[in-house]
Amino acid sequence: MKKVKKLHIVLFGALIGIINGFFGGGGGMVVVPLLNKLFGMEQKKAQATALFVILPISLVSTIVYMCYNSIDFKSGWPVIVGIILGGVVGATLLNKLNNKVVKGIFIFFMFLGGIGMLIW
Amino acid sequence: MIFLEVLAGVIGGIVGGMGMGGGTLTIPILTIFLSYEQLQAQGINLIAFLPMSVVALIIHAKNHLVAFKQTWLLALVGSIFSLVGALVANHISSGVLKKLFALFLIGLAIWQLVVMIKNHKKEKEEKLNNNENNSNIKK
Repeated sequence: MKKVKKLHIVLFGALIGIINGFFGGGGGMVVVPLLNKLFGMEQKKAQATALFVILPISLVSTIVYMCYNSIDFKSGWPVIVGIILGGVVGATLLNKLNNKVVKGIFIFFMFLGGIGMLIW
Repeated sequence: MIFLEVLAGVIGGIVGGMGMGGGTLTIPILTIFLSYEQLQAQGINLIAFLPMSVVALIIHAKNHLVAFKQTWLLALVGSIFSLVGALVANHISSGVLKKLFALFLIGLAIWQLVVMIKNHKKEKEEKLNNNENNSNIKK
């Protein structure tokens, strides 16, 4: 693993925090490649460590959103249940699917989602 | 309606569980198909992420895959600045937030595609090199 300058850690930490707090997610997609390239971590370790970085960030964001009553449990609980169920399925599927094909499909839908949100 | 909401969550959750950033799909599904407000969709995504990632993190830590020592400062600084991001998100209009999120998604998608193509090329070259080395050894 590479030695990383404190200044770089602080700058990237600020960037990741602002992104994840502002968009309520997406920070992980920046953290994994960062750990990979800047810290020289191998992929599996980078993915696992990204969770450790994003978890407290998401916790702080969640508390802020709660203070503003921006988390609607009453109408949102089915989605929350779905996400947790899906998460378990996804984690068990992880090693059984061709990752490149799945990733390609994911990127396509992400792009489509972005365009859709710009239009509607 | 409840069925569709669970389904939307499951789709996003599967992608998230596979480690590809589930929120980036859950949020557009909620805003485009289930007419959620952007901020509301982000809030749901945030809170659902917490229990899932706690469980995953414990498993990864047990497998010694988490580099705590090298990244605690990154997590700490990130947490402080996420206050700023979350506060701003709660003060601007949901419409503006949605458009910015859309641009963020498109940017991420293009970036990921470029990285994927680069990695693919690299693998191909490595394979070629390996083959050459092997044939050299045989000679």
